[in-house]
Amino acid sequence: MAIHIVVAIKQVPDTSNVRINPETGTLIREGVPSILNPYEVHALELAVRLKELHGGTVTVLTMGPPAAAEALRECVEQGADRGILISDRKFAAADTLATSYVLATAIQALDAELPVDLLLFGKQAIDGDTAQVGPGVATRMDVPVLSCAIKVERFDPVARTAVIHRRVARGIEVVNVRLPVLLTVEKEIAAVQRAPLANMLRAVNFQPELWSASAPVAFDPAQIGIKGSPTIVGAAHTPSLKKAGERVTANPGAPAEAVAAALAARPHGGGSCLDHHSGGTPGEAEVSPKIIVWGVCRSPYD
Amino acid sequence: MTDNIKPIWVFIEQENGQIHPVSWELLGAAGRLAADLPGGRVEGIIAGHQVAGLAEQAFAYGAQRVIVIDDPVLAHYRNGPYSFGIAIAVKKYGPEIFLVGATTMGRDLASAVDTRVRTGLTADCTELAIDKEKKILAATRPTFGGNLMATILCRTSRPQMATVRPRVLPTPAPKTATAGEIVREALGMREDEVAVKIARLIPAEDEASIEYADIVVAGGRGVGGKAGFGMLQTLADALGGVVGASRPAVDAGWISLAHQVGQTGKTIRPRLYIACGISGAIQHRVGVLGSDFILAINNDPAAPIFSIADFGIVGDLYDIVPELTRQTKLARA
Repeated sequence: MAIHIVVAIKQVPDTSNVRINPETGTLIREGVPSILNPYEVHALELAVRLKELHGGTVTVLTMGPPAAAEALRECVEQGADRGILISDRKFAAADTLATSYVLATAIQALDAELPVDLLLFGKQAIDGDTAQVGPGVATRMDVPVLSCAIKVERFDPVARTAVIHRRVARGIEVVNVRLPVLLTVEKEIAAVQRAPLANMLRAVNFQPELWSASAPVAFDPAQIGIKGSPTIVGAAHTPSLKKAGERVTANPGAPAEAVAAALAARPHGGGSCLDHHSGGTPGEAEVSPKIIVWGVCRSPYD
Repeated sequence: MTDNIKPIWVFIEQENGQIHPVSWELLGAAGRLAADLPGGRVEGIIAGHQVAGLAEQAFAYGAQRVIVIDDPVLAHYRNGPYSFGIAIAVKKYGPEIFLVGATTMGRDLASAVDTRVRTGLTADCTELAIDKEKKILAATRPTFGGNLMATILCRTSRPQMATVRPRVLPTPAPKTATAGEIVREALGMREDEVAVKIARLIPAEDEASIEYADIVVAGGRGVGGKAGFGMLQTLADALGGVVGASRPAVDAGWISLAHQVGQTGKTIRPRLYIACGISGAIQHRVGVLGSDFILAINNDPAAPIFSIADFGIVGDLYDIVPELTRQTKLARA
């Protein structure tokens, strides 16, 4: 039975390369490569595998600037059938509430054309790290959401059920769920394989379908962009971290002795100097090694 | 709801009758916010099955009132029924602010409640304050992988929602002999209306609990391999602590994700943090800043970790860590 899977993706700046202008506290965007959000690479891989098993269609959609077409192209290389770019200046400055409105509305339109069996999102986007959009879309569409999914144990489009593993605080929760369902996925959900040549060739000529704020879906102007976003960024600054304390350099010839000597050279007034910092948290009596105490006693707070 | 009282809600997160301590951290924060917000009053909301007894614990941390939604459908956390019941209570009582722990459960729940209520939600905050002029919540959070701190304001809709990670805020001391009001609300959802059924739980193999450890000995890229983590474990055992790791060490497969400290791992605030061979990327440093005392060991004197260390040792961790272990054992003998 042919299935329809929708994967929502985001093009993000590679945060491992992000630089901040220390004077203005703003992001330096020039020279920062844009990438497909890493979790969604795995979400798409799952979609492609399920399509191979059951047959069907994988639709990828994103809300973003025109340049996000490149991320959609990568998805086509990986095996997506259809790529939709929802792009309009009117969507700018959307927070997670406005974003979930746009994506949910777009997916509902796709669902009306071809019923959707599975919705896949990355666990979170590495630029914002909110993890809010996936559950938000599910809530708006009134479909169940399973966040932090790590494995699809069973996916049965005929019986309209699935068995999903998700990572929770105490371990792995195994759940039975009715379809359609929305999963936000961890990277373990599917290992990424090399794309076949045919996909790569298809991607060369790929052009995304462009959706604006008014066509083919008329989004409610009050719910998109800055108007639809209850939250705004009031201020931004670079993180300020506390100042350095004392430093000891170990003698390369006899490091262990040097450390020991450094330890011995630190006077301490007896008792547990950790008292000084801890404010009497429980379990204090158990912490008494002298080796810790020297450091504490020489801290800048003394 | 009266016009002059502005409830500040805290989600009291519980699982199997155990309250997650982040709930107390948030009640402490709510108390500080209430002091700066005219009409501010600290309240809790708890959902589950047979949890009324748990609710009373919140009074010791400053809650004046706790809303209890008690129903068999809520015996285990599921997004649908939890967010449904809590959203109805939010609409009924109209809290001004609603704080939720940024745990796996809390993040999942808050984004669904926020969507049901159609209000603003700020994720993973590290600092909460009341804006002095506007008298609204100023929620500060790291963004772009921890490279930038952004203060988010929710201008129009209410409640102003925020999630906060465990251990970002201090745990308040519980008060004795406190009392408060318990208000019960019905869930209004039946089991057959829930699309998700929990089949089983596979318990975590590696029960690393670094978030609430008093002492954490962590290793990074400089540790060089799995064997080195055995050495760190020996020191941690001698100190009565646990082993943590930076992201590169986890990514290299030397130790499991449960041990990861920092922006993409856990935020910790132990009384002693020993960073071994960790250079100290910003994402790591923001996750350990709350530590009472930071000892850094690194062979690179320019490593950024030293910028937050109370005490730094420049040298080879393979010389220093065994010596620390030896001396710790001596001191304890």
